[in-house]
Amino acid sequence: MDSYTIIGAASIIGACLCMGIGSIGSALGEGHAAATALQAMAQQPDEASRIRSTMFVALAMIETTALYALLIAFLALYANPFWNYAIAQ
Amino acid sequence: MALQIDFSKWLDLPFADKVIGLESYDAIKVISYGDWYINVTIFNSWIVIALITLVSWLATRRLSCEKQVSKLQTALEALVLWLQREANETSGSRNNQYLGMALGLFSFILISNLLTFIPWFRPPTASISTTMALAAMVFIAIPYFSIRNAGIKAYLRKFIEPIPLMLPMNIFSEFFSIFAMGLRLFGNMLSGVMFASILSAFIPLVAPLTMQTLGLLTGSIQAYIFALLAIVYTSSVKEEIKPEL
Repeated sequence: MDSYTIIGAASIIGACLCMGIGSIGSALGEGHAAATALQAMAQQPDEASRIRSTMFVALAMIETTALYALLIAFLALYANPFWNYAIAQ
Repeated sequence: MALQIDFSKWLDLPFADKVIGLESYDAIKVISYGDWYINVTIFNSWIVIALITLVSWLATRRLSCEKQVSKLQTALEALVLWLQREANETSGSRNNQYLGMALGLFSFILISNLLTFIPWFRPPTASISTTMALAAMVFIAIPYFSIRNAGIKAYLRKFIEPIPLMLPMNIFSEFFSIFAMGLRLFGNMLSGVMFASILSAFIPLVAPLTMQTLGLLTGSIQAYIFALLAIVYTSSVKEEIKPEL
């Protein structure tokens, strides 16, 4: 196996694992936040608009952890420094 | 050495098989003069700035407080009043000192995010240089507002709280909260642009439209979050309010 075969395979597998494992936590967190917000909206329908806007902000902040994983996956796939080094050899 | 203007790649669709790499996003030159060049990101942020200036100028050209108020003035008044209420509620101050910063960040990020509905427009916020520059502005604004509101002693005391042993941790968290702020906006916008471009390579008919609609929602929420976090960070050190008896 050449060095760039290993590097290519490792970056693709690494990117897939990074997305898969990295999004578990944020998916669970977002689900919990949405469920709690829905419960609060059902109990207090008058406050539904305020709860909804706060929920969107919270969801976007929880989503950040998954986005970090996405960035690392993009880096491994499209801007991999080791891959560029192996190609230049 | 000659001034070269090249608009051929300015409105180039970032298809999945062409340029998706992080570094190639900033490398497309529009105006170049020798070694100096203006890339797509800077050029598009100029467009956004020009748009905001034009709309603000049009709205404030004939201000009136009569019964007949122009629609544009009403819209901008609603925006400013809403953000003023949010800024004062979040920071706990009543003198509108955070409104300028919040409104500037919010309008720039909002307009550049909403312009993604033009399919070939690359939003400047989908480049890490823009978002990190915006975050760096907040990084400078933190000591400015803290020292102005509470004095330099209270600002420095924040770093040794609750115990002096936490000093390196506090300095780290100061840097990383700002770093995360820039990275959050960048990641959101980049993933929106990439999703749309990859999807339009596979299913070009209707499918990218749904992702772009979702992108408008996340884009406006991200603009709100960025402005809100800037207010939260800059107003973290406050003067002790003595209870009035």
